[in-house]
Amino acid sequence: MATPVLRWCCPGRRWVFAGIGGVSRHGRGVPTGSTSSGKRGQSSVAQQPLITAQKPRKGEREWAAVVGLEIHAQIASNSKLFSGSQVDFAAPPNSLVSFFDASLPGTLPVLNRRCVEAAVMTGLALDCHINRRSLFDRKHYFYADLPAGYQITQQRLPIAVNGSLVYSVCVGKRRSQMVTKTAGVKQIQLEQDSGKSLHDSLRSQTLIDLNRAEGQLRVDANISVHNPGEPLGVRTEVKNLNSARFLAKAIDYEIQRQINELENGGKILNETRSFDYKLGCTVPMRDKEGKQDYRFMPEPNLPPLLLYDSESLPTGTDPQQVINIDQLREQLPELPRVTREKLVQQYGMLPEHSFALLNEVGLLEFFQNVIKETRAEPKKVTSWVLNTFLGFLKQQNLAVSESPVTPSALAELDLLDRKAISSSAAKQVFQELWRSKGKTPAQIVAEKKLELMQDAEALEQLCRSTLEAHPQVVTDVKKGNPRAINKLIGLVRRATLGRADPTVIKEVLERQLSL
Amino acid sequence: MWTRRVWLGLRASAGGRRGFPSKADPQGSRRVTAELIEHLERLALVDFGSQEAVARLEKAIAFANRLRAVDTDGVEPMESVLEDRCLYLRSDNVVEGNCAEELLQNSHHVVEEYFVAPPEKHMEITPFCLWTPPSKHH
Repeated sequence: MATPVLRWCCPGRRWVFAGIGGVSRHGRGVPTGSTSSGKRGQSSVAQQPLITAQKPRKGEREWAAVVGLEIHAQIASNSKLFSGSQVDFAAPPNSLVSFFDASLPGTLPVLNRRCVEAAVMTGLALDCHINRRSLFDRKHYFYADLPAGYQITQQRLPIAVNGSLVYSVCVGKRRSQMVTKTAGVKQIQLEQDSGKSLHDSLRSQTLIDLNRAEGQLRVDANISVHNPGEPLGVRTEVKNLNSARFLAKAIDYEIQRQINELENGGKILNETRSFDYKLGCTVPMRDKEGKQDYRFMPEPNLPPLLLYDSESLPTGTDPQQVINIDQLREQLPELPRVTREKLVQQYGMLPEHSFALLNEVGLLEFFQNVIKETRAEPKKVTSWVLNTFLGFLKQQNLAVSESPVTPSALAELDLLDRKAISSSAAKQVFQELWRSKGKTPAQIVAEKKLELMQDAEALEQLCRSTLEAHPQVVTDVKKGNPRAINKLIGLVRRATLGRADPTVIKEVLERQLSL
Repeated sequence: MWTRRVWLGLRASAGGRRGFPSKADPQGSRRVTAELIEHLERLALVDFGSQEAVARLEKAIAFANRLRAVDTDGVEPMESVLEDRCLYLRSDNVVEGNCAEELLQNSHHVVEEYFVAPPEKHMEITPFCLWTPPSKHH
């Protein structure tokens, strides 16, 4: 599954995020190079975080980088944006193609209601202003996988504009500090996808599959640098980025490349580049004959798209034919930002933990199920889930749904941990739970004889013999060395095969040493 | 006809002129440069062929420029003759597709179930000719 650029999830949905169209605020009009997007419906969103790269050298100039992302995200719908053919991966080539998709003469686009709803919901989730009236346009260019010779998009007046996304990043040396940042969303637009072309270089031919439904998420980055206070610099567009990690690498590289170029007296060309994964650098793409002129024109076959809210909803109309923004707003699932806030409020959780819980599909649900079945402190459960449980998941590269340990098992284990076994024993039990399906924690404890020592007398005896066997350490403790007692505790623990609680051991030892 | 257009403009919400940046000179110059012809030929894959064709283009532009004689200050441009129509919304059901065989019959060259196109560099699309020489025989 493609790695989304921004990861968060509402349990049950695979992606929520919609893509970007248009241009960052470089204001140069039409982006260079061809952009491909989604026939059955993709939406677009532009973001502009401002990054200040301060590396004073060669004249001590300060540089600021401006990055605009064009994200193309496929809408989860049954049929396409403008036709009733199916949306599906891995179907036989050209089997999901209607006459309209093949651009046969006389066919017309018919807008899919579900795609409009998806775009509106995305706009609402990203705090955008929803345009009550939006328009469709044609963007013309020639390519073998674009049979019509144009793509229907929303260039002039898209469905949603001016939103923002607040997110957090871990900064600092050990990534321990969490800071929040805001990215602006310029616009969200609905647009068609082009087909898929497979290049057969052996026979010098290109094979065309008009099914579409390719990658779920694609990102292009527009990057420029300038000196703060001065006008924006010339931007380049970097394409062919398909993971968050490479996106970051490519942007970092390109920013530095531009800075170096300018500091050496060179110029930045308004070009399209691609990212070479092996070399870790951006390279110019084949020259696309200078700047593209897409000859935008209004789509003559589609009237303006009108959206309503509860106030403006016209009476006596077919509900199937009107879209009520307020109704869609009510249908929005709880946004991750709200869920995280609730977790922090309800459980006193650290913000970074709330992020971690939401970053893994199914993890939040797992956590909540454990909470339901246990009376343990939420902090303890958080620790179990995020440290122990998640650790095992990652180690074995499993999803939460594939976990051999159930929430009930973890809840039971925690109960034992508090009353019947020591924490090191608990970890052992967890490991065993992971390995052997079907056994309950109680069974494992019994099998491996991990119960806490109930025999107080035996413990006293063990402590006394440990003290006798290590007179030097005893002297250290009596001298006031604070760490010496820990050594003794460790020795006793080992002697009890992990079946004694360290706090109890400490108590006994201190009493015996008459401290 | 002009009155109706103005009426529609006043009825619509106020707004500036929207639209795509125009390449043509606002004064409606009559000369179309060779550079522009080349650009248009590349973009639209047409073949102007001859000076007559260019002259015809210039006449067409001049004809269209007569629209500028109308004062449209403060009038919202009409973007679509469909602007009073309702945009029909289709339910998200699968009702078509599954006709690969039929579609592939349209293509000269297919490989398994793929359409075949020459690679970008060698794209041989015959430009659409805008001017044909007069026929010798009648």
